[in-house]
Order: sequence, then structure tokens, then C-alpha cells
Amino acid sequence: MADTRNNGGTWSGASNVETTVLGADEIILNMGPQHPSTHGVLRVKLKLDGERVVDSECIIGYLHRGVEKIAEHRSYQQFAPYVDRMDYVAAVSNGLGYCEAVEKLLGAEAPPRARVVRTILTELQRIASHLLWLGTHALDIGALTPVFYCFREREEILKIFEKYCGARLTTHAFRIGGLQYETYDGFEADVKRFCEDFATKIDEYETLLTENRIWVGRTKGVGKLSAEDAIALGVTGPVLRASGVKWDIRKAMPYAAYDQYEFEIPTRPTGDTYDRYVVRMEEMRQSRRICLQAVENIPSGPIMAKVGKVLKPPPGEVYHAIEAPKGELGYYIVSDGTTQPYRLRVRPPSFINLQAFDRMARGSLVADVVAIIGTIDIVLGEVDR
Amino acid sequence: MSHLTMPHLIPTSIQPYVLPVLWGVVIVAVLPLLAGYIVLLERKVMADMQARLGPMRVGPHGLLQPIADAVKLLLKEDIIPHDADRLMFWVAPLISVTMALLAYAAMPFGPAFQIADLNVGLLFILAISSLGIYGIVLGGWASNSHYSLLGALRSAAQLVSYETAAGLGLVSALLLAGSLSMREIVQAQYDQGEWFVFSVPIGFFIYLVGSIAETNRAPFDLPEAESELVAGYMTEYSGFRWSLYFLAEYANMIIVAGIATTLFLGGWLRPFPRFNDRLPGTSVEILDALPSLVFLGVAAYCFWLAPKQPVKIQKLVMGLVGGLCVALAAALAGSLFAPDAVRLGVHGGFWFMAKVMAYLYAFLWIRFTFPRYRFDQLMRLGWRFLIPLALVNLIAVAVALVVSQEWGWHPRVTTILATLATLSVAVWLASSDEKHETAIRTADGE
Repeated sequence: MADTRNNGGTWSGASNVETTVLGADEIILNMGPQHPSTHGVLRVKLKLDGERVVDSECIIGYLHRGVEKIAEHRSYQQFAPYVDRMDYVAAVSNGLGYCEAVEKLLGAEAPPRARVVRTILTELQRIASHLLWLGTHALDIGALTPVFYCFREREEILKIFEKYCGARLTTHAFRIGGLQYETYDGFEADVKRFCEDFATKIDEYETLLTENRIWVGRTKGVGKLSAEDAIALGVTGPVLRASGVKWDIRKAMPYAAYDQYEFEIPTRPTGDTYDRYVVRMEEMRQSRRICLQAVENIPSGPIMAKVGKVLKPPPGEVYHAIEAPKGELGYYIVSDGTTQPYRLRVRPPSFINLQAFDRMARGSLVADVVAIIGTIDIVLGEVDR
Repeated sequence: MSHLTMPHLIPTSIQPYVLPVLWGVVIVAVLPLLAGYIVLLERKVMADMQARLGPMRVGPHGLLQPIADAVKLLLKEDIIPHDADRLMFWVAPLISVTMALLAYAAMPFGPAFQIADLNVGLLFILAISSLGIYGIVLGGWASNSHYSLLGALRSAAQLVSYETAAGLGLVSALLLAGSLSMREIVQAQYDQGEWFVFSVPIGFFIYLVGSIAETNRAPFDLPEAESELVAGYMTEYSGFRWSLYFLAEYANMIIVAGIATTLFLGGWLRPFPRFNDRLPGTSVEILDALPSLVFLGVAAYCFWLAPKQPVKIQKLVMGLVGGLCVALAAALAGSLFAPDAVRLGVHGGFWFMAKVMAYLYAFLWIRFTFPRYRFDQLMRLGWRFLIPLALVNLIAVAVALVVSQEWGWHPRVTTILATLATLSVAVWLASSDEKHETAIRTADGE
């Protein structure tokens, strides 16, 4: 049953969980869309035997806003702020992917200075996104305190964003062709100060969780995903890397300025919730490392390529993917030569990673379901678009 | 105490009932307020551990927050779900809160403040407070909601497992005390010259863990695990009914803290109860001055902070709090020169509440530090670790007692040996549990 489902078997409209006959000891538990730990409006139908999950189904679409359709009725520049509203906890990364995709379509390239600044902001965004994940994930598992520590550091990143472009969450930080704003005075110092402080802060989170018996017990062996399954399901990002696959678009197909910096791709062998935790913690350290390297040497020069006021890409299509905090974020754009895209399709990492949920959750307990939703790190704005 | 009842005004036939009823009314009246302020304390402690301020809006430093919360809860719409079993839904929170309050009948808050000194006091408290589980189970079942049902199931299973462990932990102290009367247990600690926590530390540890689980506090708060079961058995409750559950939870916390204080922490005895050196020239014992000094210290801190407050009203309130502390210090100091009954009552009450608060602080600290156990892990911890450990501890303490009685070894030596033996068993149990867990994990992986 699982195999057909993962190929899209539920799109017929009928729900598998509902139509299967219930055993004498089984109940259907409807988790969400209003539930404290489904991270927004995810709805999960669980068939339970006692507390053990016999079957599960994710129901999505409660936050569908038709972002891809909107794109067909906006000019390329007008659509840029909309992408921020997909993965709203990593708006900068969304913007980077979109701007680079359109640049690729135009055959333009952002100047070196813009690319380095983009890299710094995107890596800061990755840290912020992972911090949010860590806090909420720990909260789901019952640790009340890390979330406040995480938000304390995330606040520093948001302050840098605010100083740079005036917005904290949905930043619209980049423009097609480069940047609209120069960096503010003291930008380098701010980033450097944050990075230097942050090293000890990660250690602080780890003292609360990494060796904690309860934390290890709650995450080790929970929601296992083998490398084969992960690849077959199209899972990307930290979830894939925790299953032992060394795949990171920043290394595989470098964009922005990633080819200039040294960093590791952390992987772990078993692909359980604990491994995903370790991978993300290590990724934050690597992001910090990239930021430190980049901020040391920001090239001078223009921040905007010459792309013109009205963008009219030549007819054709393009796919461009970046390594967003949650996985591969791709934009597929078809241009018919007008000022508006003919079709724009987003490959959201959350949506595709969520497909692995059933594989991970089956046979686990209700408490694990919460841990698994957290460990996939979904944002429903991106799943539903 | 009889001078408090004004004997000439009250018929002799009802005289014995007057004081207990009065104490009962006092407890029922004061406890909700106390619970409210424990919640405020909890939120303030939590805020402090989480690098934030906590409630600051209602009253200076949020001091009126509990009042505002209570008013809000009382004014809320009374909702009973359509498909709920109305009678049971209505009765369940009452059972919980009644049983929690009833347990106070035998709880001594000091040598002078106890409604009834039963000769089976401890047994009574344990029996009554474990009846409260009916409120939870019935409430979860009557709500006719899956989350509530799962919460109630968890709660029932958890109580059965951990009550056993906690009870066995208590028995190790009972062996030393030789009585079930709360008063005599404290007296035994005075006679033996040390709190039982030092004689049977493992018993205390087991009771600490068991009591956290019994009161459904983190990391054993599975019956109401917010992130999993929304609010567990309380999911469908709101307003006043919900606040009754809430009250019952905090009342139970004070009960378990009171039991631990009485059995392990010396009840209303001050530290070093038999150190009787007196202040030169008076009949006042030196250590009895300690509470006053503590309050004076707090008062000094308040006065030091008062001018630094940003708003005038806050300056005023800070000063008032300082003044209150001075008054309390004065009262505590003054009672030293009062008759013995008053002196013991006031100071005993102070030490008892101080220890209860310290125990509750440990509860809070643990809550904000640890993630939540999973249900199967909780059961494994209970049945595979705590209960065997409690049994071994019990046997070891019993053997230690026999050895010191029969062979005349010093009790301290025997209890230390018993503790060491139990500790080694604990290490062995933990390591075997670890092996078992890894075995399960690898079996799952294959």
C-alpha cells in the first residue's frame, strides 16, 4: 500500500486511512490542522492500535494560496516578494533561488560583490531556519527551554536582516540581477560578532540535548529512513544527508559564491531523528564558517548587473535549484518572451520531504509522530504554496 | 491550642470539631490562592531559566497575574461537548479536586497546624490522593474525545506504575521511623538526630522521581503532553472545570512535597534540630534566628532594588515587599520570646513551607531542563529500573536496621553500607537496561 501511496495514490480523493476497515482495537486519530505541534496547518490522520501507528496519511492544502498561479499574472520583478511567503522562516533563501533562476533565464549574472553578500545573508538565514527548527523540535519532544535560547540568537540574525533591508521575516532582500541595497556601515562587524558569539551558543544547545538520556532515547532509532528510500522518495537536504547520502547542491552545482569557500557536508549513517539533529547542528557550524570566510573578503564593485527596467526574457525554459535550509529548492520557469512567466513551478523541499512521513511514522508511537513531523522540518507555507 | 477556641462561648459537645473545621476552611480558602501564586512562581522561575522576564504586565512584576487568571477562568463560558457524558464530565473534576483537598486533612504544616493526627496518617494521604486518578480517568473517558481518552489511559497506567515505586521508596523511610503517623515520623527524625534523606538517600531519590510522575509533571507529563495530545485528559475542559483540574494538580504537588518533607526532610524541624546552643544571656537558640536573618536579607535586597525600578508604583511596591519581609522577620524573631507552643508553631510552619518550596523548586527545575519521556520508555523506567531498585533498597535498609540492632553496629555505618550496595545494584540495572535498549534498537533496524 505504501508504495502506491508514495507514487501519488491518494490523489484520487479517497482517503486510504478512512476506507480501510478498522480492527477491534483501532481508532482513527485526527491530528491537526489545529494541533500544537503540526507546525502550522498540517493534518495527519493516524490509524492507531493503542498508541502504535498502524497507518498514517498527511492531508495538506490548508494554506494553499496559489502562488504558482499568481506568478503567471505578475511581472518577473513583481513576483519576487511572493516567494518570500512560501518558506517564510527562510525567506532570503527563497529569494535567492528565484532571483538566480530568472537571471539564468535572462542570461545575466549578478556582480561578484552581490554574490558574496547574497551568500552571507543566505547562510545567516540557514542558521536562523535551523535555530527555529531546533527550538520547535525540542519543544515538541518536551524540552521547554532550548526554544528561547534559539530565538535569542535568531533575533540577532533578524536584526542584521532588518538593518540591511528593513524587514525581518519576509525580507525581499535580493533583486533580479543583484542587490538593491548596499550593505550598511558595520555590516561586516555585525556578522563577525554574531559568528564569533554563535560558536559557544551552539555548544550551549548541545549541552542541553546531545548527551541527554531522555533526548537520545526519544530520537535514536525513531523515524528511520534508509538511503535507498530517501533517494527513491526524492528527499533532499539534511534529511537526505542524515541517511548517509553526501549530496549538497552548494558543492554539487555551486551557485552564488559557494565555490570560493571551504566547508564540509556533514553526513550521518543511520538516518534516524537523532542523526538528523546532529547533521543540522553541524550544518549550523559550517554555515558560520562560510559566513566568517565570506565576510573577511567582500569584493568591492557594483551590486547590480545591467538587466534593464523591464524584464523580457527570451522564450525558453530554465530550472535552477539551490540548497535551501530544508533541502533542494528549485524553480522551473517557462518564458514565452513576455514580461510575465508563462508557467512557474516551484520544487519545494518541505513538500517532497513530507512524503517520507508515512515511511518513517508507521509502527512508531504517537509521541514519535510529533518527533518525526519536527525532524522533517516542514513549513506549511511551502508545502501548500 | 484550646485557648484559641474560646471555650466559654462554644457548647462543649461541638468543641472538638471547631478547630479542625476552622483549619479546613482556612486550607480550602488559602490553597487556591497559594496554587495561583505557585503558578506565578513557576512562570517566573521558568522565565529566569529561559532568559526572559515572564509576567510583567498585571501588577508590578506580574504580582497580580494569578488574580487576573482566576477571574478570567471564572468568567469563561461553560462548555460541555455535545457528545460528552454530561454527568461524568461534570463530576470528574470535582473528584480530582476533592480528593486533592481531602488529603490535606492529615498533612501537618508544622507542629501546631494539622487537622487530624491520624495514626495511619501517611496511609490516609496516599490512599486519598491516589483516588484523584478517578477524576482524570473519568474526565478523559467522559469527554468522548480521542486525545482525552489517550491521556486518561496514559495517566492510569502511569499512576499504577509509579505509585508502586514511590510507595516502596517511602517504606524505606518508614522502616526507620517505625510509625505511620506524620507527627511521629518527624519526631523519629528528631530522636535519631538526622533527616531520613541522609539515611536513605536512594529512597528519597525514588520518591522524588515517583512523585513527579504521580503528579504528571514534566518529564513525566505524558497524560497532558501538550505537543502530542493537545492537553490530554483536559482537552475538552475549559473555564472553571479546567481550573479545578489545575487546582487539583497544584494541590497534589504540595501534597507530595509535604510527604517528602515529612518523611525525608525532617518535616518542621530546622536544620541541626539538636544543636541547642543558646544566645548568651537569653533562652533563644542560635539557629532559631536563621529565618529572621533570611527575611532581613531579602528585605535588604528589596530596599536596594527599590530606587532602581523604572516606574514610581514599582518603587513603591518593591519598598512594600521589603517592608513585608521586615515585618515577617520581626514576627519570626518575636515568636522566639513567646510561649513554646506559639514559637514552635510559627517556626515549624516556616521550616515546613520552606522545605516544601525547595522541593517544588526542584520540580520546576527538572521540568525546564528535560525533554519528555515516551510512553514505553516511561514504563520501562518504572518497571525495569525504579521498582526493582526500590525493592533492593528496601531490603538493604531492613538488613541494615537488623544489623545495627542485633550486632550493635553504628546505624550510620550500616545505612551507608546499605546505600552503597543499592547504588551498585542501580548501576547494574542501568547498564543492563542500556543493553536491552540497544538490543531493541538494532532489532528494529534489521
